[in-house]
Amino acid sequence: MQTVLQQVINALSLGAVYALLALGYTMVYGIIKLINFAHGDIYMLGAFWAYYVINFWHLNFIGALLSSMVIGALSGVVIEYFAYRPLRNSPRIAVLITAIGVSFLLENGMSYLFGANPRSFPQVIKQFNFNIGGVLISNIQILILATALILMVLLQIIIQKTKMGRAMRAVSVDPEAAELVGVDVNHTISFTFALGSALAGAAGVLIGMYYNSIDPLMGMTPGIKAFVAAVLGGIGSIPGASVGGFLIGILETFFQSIGLSAYKDAVVYLVLIIILLFLPSGIFGKNTREKV
Amino acid sequence: MKKTTKKLMTVFSAVAATMMLAGCSVAKNSSKGTKQDDKTVKIGMNMELSGATAGYGNAEKNGIDLAVSEINQAGGINVNGHKKKIKLITRDNKSSNTTSASVAAQLVNKDKVAVVVGPATTNAATAEIPNVTKASVVGLSPSATDPNYTLQKNGKVQPFVFRACFQDNFQGTSAAKFADDTLHAKRVAIYADNSSDYGTGLAKAFKKTFKGKVVDMQNYSAGDKDFNAVLTSFKAKKVDAIYVAGYYTEAGLIVKQARQMGIKVPILGGDGMADPKFVQIAGQSATNIYYTTPFSNSAATKNPVALKFMKAYKARYNEAAPTFSALAYDAVYMVKAAIESEKSDDSVKIADGLAKLKDFPGVSGKITMNKTHDPEMPITMVKLVNGKINKAFSVK
Repeated sequence: MQTVLQQVINALSLGAVYALLALGYTMVYGIIKLINFAHGDIYMLGAFWAYYVINFWHLNFIGALLSSMVIGALSGVVIEYFAYRPLRNSPRIAVLITAIGVSFLLENGMSYLFGANPRSFPQVIKQFNFNIGGVLISNIQILILATALILMVLLQIIIQKTKMGRAMRAVSVDPEAAELVGVDVNHTISFTFALGSALAGAAGVLIGMYYNSIDPLMGMTPGIKAFVAAVLGGIGSIPGASVGGFLIGILETFFQSIGLSAYKDAVVYLVLIIILLFLPSGIFGKNTREKV
Repeated sequence: MKKTTKKLMTVFSAVAATMMLAGCSVAKNSSKGTKQDDKTVKIGMNMELSGATAGYGNAEKNGIDLAVSEINQAGGINVNGHKKKIKLITRDNKSSNTTSASVAAQLVNKDKVAVVVGPATTNAATAEIPNVTKASVVGLSPSATDPNYTLQKNGKVQPFVFRACFQDNFQGTSAAKFADDTLHAKRVAIYADNSSDYGTGLAKAFKKTFKGKVVDMQNYSAGDKDFNAVLTSFKAKKVDAIYVAGYYTEAGLIVKQARQMGIKVPILGGDGMADPKFVQIAGQSATNIYYTTPFSNSAATKNPVALKFMKAYKARYNEAAPTFSALAYDAVYMVKAAIESEKSDDSVKIADGLAKLKDFPGVSGKITMNKTHDPEMPITMVKLVNGKINKAFSVK
């Protein structure tokens, strides 16, 4: 029982990070139908930024988290402005390929500038464990879960209650009609990128704290898994992405705990295939037909 | 404008074609090997000086440069009564297998070297085998650890291929013996990197030799960051020790996560942990860690050859000598010993000399070459406490 509970804790901490990343995929997809493959690399940028400010400016955790979110948001907006906006009216495949290109640029650019070697993340918060009936929860795990949940709630409030959120929802339904009623589409899309990328930046800091090791290629695998999580939850759906992230975390942990660690990645990709075959709109997705 | 571009293109393609031809050509007089002139012995270095594994290659280059300059300052190699200086020819294989093959061809056919030292990694070193073998020139890798590197497909030994390090099986079996005899571990879990031959090789050898019970065997792949789930299940199985077969990037994280969840048992590993980065990543968790290594600065203090090497290395490069430099340094001196014992610098004779090497005093201890061209040397088990080497055991 202890072991099971311990594994649940492991699964939730891992899932929280996937969920934060999946939110970015889902929001961008929801608004411009683009799978932003560079999203995982913004997470990497967030982690590197936090590494820098903690080591050289001696910021504390909150400062590092907030500044990484700002940097994440900025880089998301810049990428959107230079790489995706010029292709706004091009076939969707062109933007998708550009996204992959941007991802490679960020990964290899960072490897070139800062070296491909993993580096250890500074420990701004000293780790200690709470022992609850033999189940260990570290303060960092709690921090990850809490930060992730707070950010998700904030995101939901922004989307449902603010003017900008209403604009986002409008653009996601029909950009042209939204423009007709006075919504600045470009502005809204930039805002969406900023929001999603800020979450990725936050996830980067949390992972840096949790695992203590960052490298330029750290965004690759989590990025793809978060994408699977977004598809599982129903790409375009905000609650779907959160649930999908946690589900992927649970799934991966479960397969490792029953001794099939070699297949943990394969299982995630198998889930993607099954979802696409049997439930293409995901768990929370709306089953809409696309007009051709 | 256009004309010049065209001309340039022609020149470029001609150069490229020549380079490709040089890469493909092999020696014609295949049975004789290379002969040296009266004054110098040419040694070729085929090394990963740029690219993905340049870290290893540059460390080895430092070791080789140091050994060559030491030997030359002392007058050179004694070939049948008169001293000949070493002429070192350094070439970069760019961490690429195909480049390694063409570099080897250039070294043996054009430069007529007596020996090729390198490359550092098994794959690049394997790629040079056809070219050095056809030319009957020795290929001596300081650090190719794959057991099959010195063997042909049919299991016979490659006549001209040698290494200056122990092979993976040896590390795995030594760690298993250490876990049995010194740690008295009864229940062990193995956690192996199944994305590299290194990890799977170590794990297999460990499992085969270990006398106690292997209660669980799990895999991860390079780039993984979360090991909590598997470690939790190891903890539930009440293991006495964990054997981690992989490189420092993931091993460091595994150690850190294990200690954070309260796993206090010894964690064992191979020389993949013998890198300062390992301790950086694991941090204060690097306690009660044991790893096998051919060379460690603290174990070497009792060995005069190692002491001399470490001092010279520190004086020349202003840093503590890494393991890979030590192996490469030994490789050059092994060549010297082979030439001096055979009284000839003919490349075929050097191969004979290396195969007969016995009790060679190396930085990593006394080295004897066995039938499969694997040096038998003492293996050291190092214990880390708070990230520092606390104790070194020699394992038999």
